[in-house]
Amino acid sequence: MPNPTLITSGIRRYKGPWDEMRAAHLLRRTMFGVKRSDLAYFLQKSPRKAVRELLYTTYALPAPPVNNYNDDKYTDPEIAAGNDWTLSLKYDGMNNGRRKNSFKSWWLGLMIGQDRSIREKMVLFWHNHFVTETNTVDNALFCYRYNALLREHALGNFRQLVKAMTTEPAMLRYLNGYANTKKAPDENYGRELQELFTVGKGPGSHYTESDVKAAARVLTGYTVNYKTYTSSFDPNRHDEGDKIFSSFYGNTVIRGIKGKDAVTELDQMLDMIFASEEVSLFLCRKLYRFFVYHTIDDETEQQVIKPLAKLFRKKDYAIQPVLEELLCSRHFFDPANKGSMIKSPVDFTVGLCREFDVAFPDAGEYSDLYGFWEQLRNQAAGLQQNIGDPPNVAGWQAYYQQPEYDKLWISSDTLPKRNMFSDRMIGGGLGRNGKKVVIDPVAFAAGLPDPADPDQLIIDSMHALYSVELPPEELQFIKTNTLLSGLVGMASDHYWTNAWKAFREKPDDKNAMNTVTNKLRALYRHLMDMPEYQLM
Amino acid sequence: MKRRDFFRRTLPLTMPVVLPSLVHGMSFRAWADSPSLRAAARGLGEGRVVVLIQLNGGNDGLNTVIPLGHYDAYHAARANIAIPENKILHLKGFDQTGLNPAMPEMQWLFETGKLAIIQGVSYPQPNFSHFRATDIWLTGADAGQILPTGWAGRYLDERYPQFPRNYPNPDMPDPLAIQVGSLVSPALQGPGLTMGMAISNPNSFYDLINDKSEPVPDSRAGDQLAYIREMAVKTDQYAGVIKAAAQKVTKQSDCYPAPGKNPLADQLKIVARLVAGGLRTQFYLVSIGGFDTHARQVEPGDPTTGAHARLLAKLSEAINAFQDDLSLLQVSDRVMGMTFSEFGRRIQSNASGGTDHGAAAPVFVFGEKVQGGVIGQNPGWPDKLTVNDNIAMQYDFRSVYNTLLEKWFLSDETIAETALLKKYPSLALIRQGA
Repeated sequence: MPNPTLITSGIRRYKGPWDEMRAAHLLRRTMFGVKRSDLAYFLQKSPRKAVRELLYTTYALPAPPVNNYNDDKYTDPEIAAGNDWTLSLKYDGMNNGRRKNSFKSWWLGLMIGQDRSIREKMVLFWHNHFVTETNTVDNALFCYRYNALLREHALGNFRQLVKAMTTEPAMLRYLNGYANTKKAPDENYGRELQELFTVGKGPGSHYTESDVKAAARVLTGYTVNYKTYTSSFDPNRHDEGDKIFSSFYGNTVIRGIKGKDAVTELDQMLDMIFASEEVSLFLCRKLYRFFVYHTIDDETEQQVIKPLAKLFRKKDYAIQPVLEELLCSRHFFDPANKGSMIKSPVDFTVGLCREFDVAFPDAGEYSDLYGFWEQLRNQAAGLQQNIGDPPNVAGWQAYYQQPEYDKLWISSDTLPKRNMFSDRMIGGGLGRNGKKVVIDPVAFAAGLPDPADPDQLIIDSMHALYSVELPPEELQFIKTNTLLSGLVGMASDHYWTNAWKAFREKPDDKNAMNTVTNKLRALYRHLMDMPEYQLM
Repeated sequence: MKRRDFFRRTLPLTMPVVLPSLVHGMSFRAWADSPSLRAAARGLGEGRVVVLIQLNGGNDGLNTVIPLGHYDAYHAARANIAIPENKILHLKGFDQTGLNPAMPEMQWLFETGKLAIIQGVSYPQPNFSHFRATDIWLTGADAGQILPTGWAGRYLDERYPQFPRNYPNPDMPDPLAIQVGSLVSPALQGPGLTMGMAISNPNSFYDLINDKSEPVPDSRAGDQLAYIREMAVKTDQYAGVIKAAAQKVTKQSDCYPAPGKNPLADQLKIVARLVAGGLRTQFYLVSIGGFDTHARQVEPGDPTTGAHARLLAKLSEAINAFQDDLSLLQVSDRVMGMTFSEFGRRIQSNASGGTDHGAAAPVFVFGEKVQGGVIGQNPGWPDKLTVNDNIAMQYDFRSVYNTLLEKWFLSDETIAETALLKKYPSLALIRQGA
């Protein structure tokens, strides 16, 4: 019996039709939600051009977070309101927590306002890969710089990112690298470097406990400087002995080096680690799970993962070619992968705001803007994805825990919360200081091709919001119960058409506005409450 | 209709409440009683149920309840669709008024005292738009008033304060209101949240009680969808009580037609099962569409057949089966039903063999404890009838609502007044001592 979830289309380039459904699939997976304007933009390209643009367009790095945190208990004496606090080198009990919050909200804001690029999605990917937790790292500047590092390397070279991350203060703090000395070696980072960051624990990965110890010894001597908030290397704390690795690493011996040059031991170790095919296989599997589907069957391993890993090695661990190969593939665009993922909380909350093009205050109103970003961040956190603070060093379970994977996002606690969030966004919205962040259902409908035709409006809305299709009888049910107040039959469609036209002719007429608003609210509320809306 | 989800909710609307305008003066046949008597009887009101049957599209009241007493004028106004005099069903004790021949069961219910007909139900300055008129009936608004909450929602909000916080609880373990066959009605919208839940599709109801799930596509997305749906049922706090109530009822009336033949009967069959299963739910809402009969509401040549007759036949069949079922299940003394439509239709028919949007129309109230009979007069109209003439209001629809709240639920006058936003007199719809 054929297995319908089996996809045999492989890594060869997709050359089929380029339509709204396929373009939206690409954008849902590589960005957060699909803005109508982005969809229209990418529809004009070919699939390959769209992918390349998402991958290779260079956008300026974002401006750092600002002081949004002065309140009745605290006014920052150093950084004026609205100014970049990452220039400050003074952190204390009053400003640190406020700045950490500012940083996290700022990050969510970057997702909301993302460029036409895969970059922000990759920042989230790398954050889930090289986990740190702001609660443990504890210093706001470290947290910011770690995040900036992820963004800077998001589409760069994986080996360089591993190297940079190894000596990044936030990571030294998080996995105790700063306390790893020849007298008191700390194996924490040496272990995770292999288990979680590079060779992983796939079937072909056989590094040993002695490799963990040896790696830890290579990494001795790094410290964190709390005056400059940078990391440095102290040769006096470095283990100058030889480090001997197992047969998994070809019995490599890294000779102990004295003095400042000991930092080159790290380069030797990374050369050794990256000589293993496991690194490329491990990372390609992780990219696949993040961008395509949670389960990697044997077919996928052979037809997708292995060729990708080979390319990754060939390109000396450059990220972009691998993503290009995956995202341009027949496998990626295979209809069977449509809607095959459950939205992460960030995809759900940020994606909702983006696909409805929800308006936020202007950048000048940074206090309210950050406030709204914080509310959204808290919503995602309530749905069990607190950016900046994954549950542990392995990242969010939904990205790795078999066999459930992304089903773990949906529980008896989070499903009702998701519905309550979308209900709220289409209802009263988020509020702050008399301002509102709320879905404008009328503006959204007006942006669809033919909102006066109720059937077309519902089909277009479905395509805009879902990655899967509803059957025709379901669409009729929705039409009757939302746009038509219970009226049935084709002959009733003109009542909606008339109501819409009446509103368009007299947008200031309260009754006309009220009629279409209520019906569109009912429509979108319902579409977002359906389980289909949880898929992407 | 396979893949409907079991539970559908509505969104909290958070628009400001618009205050009602001043009372429009009308005379009513109020039902005299004292607040203290009602308070003493309140215990009896517990467990009572109201079933609202919405006829979507605007039912042609004049061809439903026919003014036999001035048949000639009736025939003259709508010769192309008028029911022949000799086909009209007579109402025992009320020889001026008859029923469409598609409704023999309703005639029988009337004869056995289980049906009341209220003539000319509407509101001042009636609105002729489906959408607006529907909103008015469901929210209990005046013609010029936009309300963000529903009339039953406001009542339930008063009766069960703070819902849904701390609900379900031992005092009210069940849904406050259940909509069957569509999404939750605006009538159930409370100040923040909807007070009701929906069983949008009879199939999904039977899936739930039989532990079946709706089929999903055999695909990666289908697998994810099946899981989310399962979780949606699991997390619904009322799925368990609904299933338990339904399982207590193993035999229902034979009067129901086969499933799928009469959607209204299918919906009411679920209502009867849940009532008999012991749910303390106060409101059930069901609906049937297709009443927007602008053209060919009767078959040319035989006005007793056609689209409108088929709808009335379904209504009559469904209500009769429901009533029979309630008796069989021994809960008929707890249930009061009411039909309504957003408006009646024009007195004059049009040239397409149909009728255009109108104003007042009759309302049926049925049940074991109903005070049977016809309330109000046959509609009248000027000799020189024009296409714009409409049936005049005799009773405000909120008087019917008020009667259900005060005389059937035996609720406090102040609660009813809060729900309906002002004081409306009750009608003699409920049997004395009931």
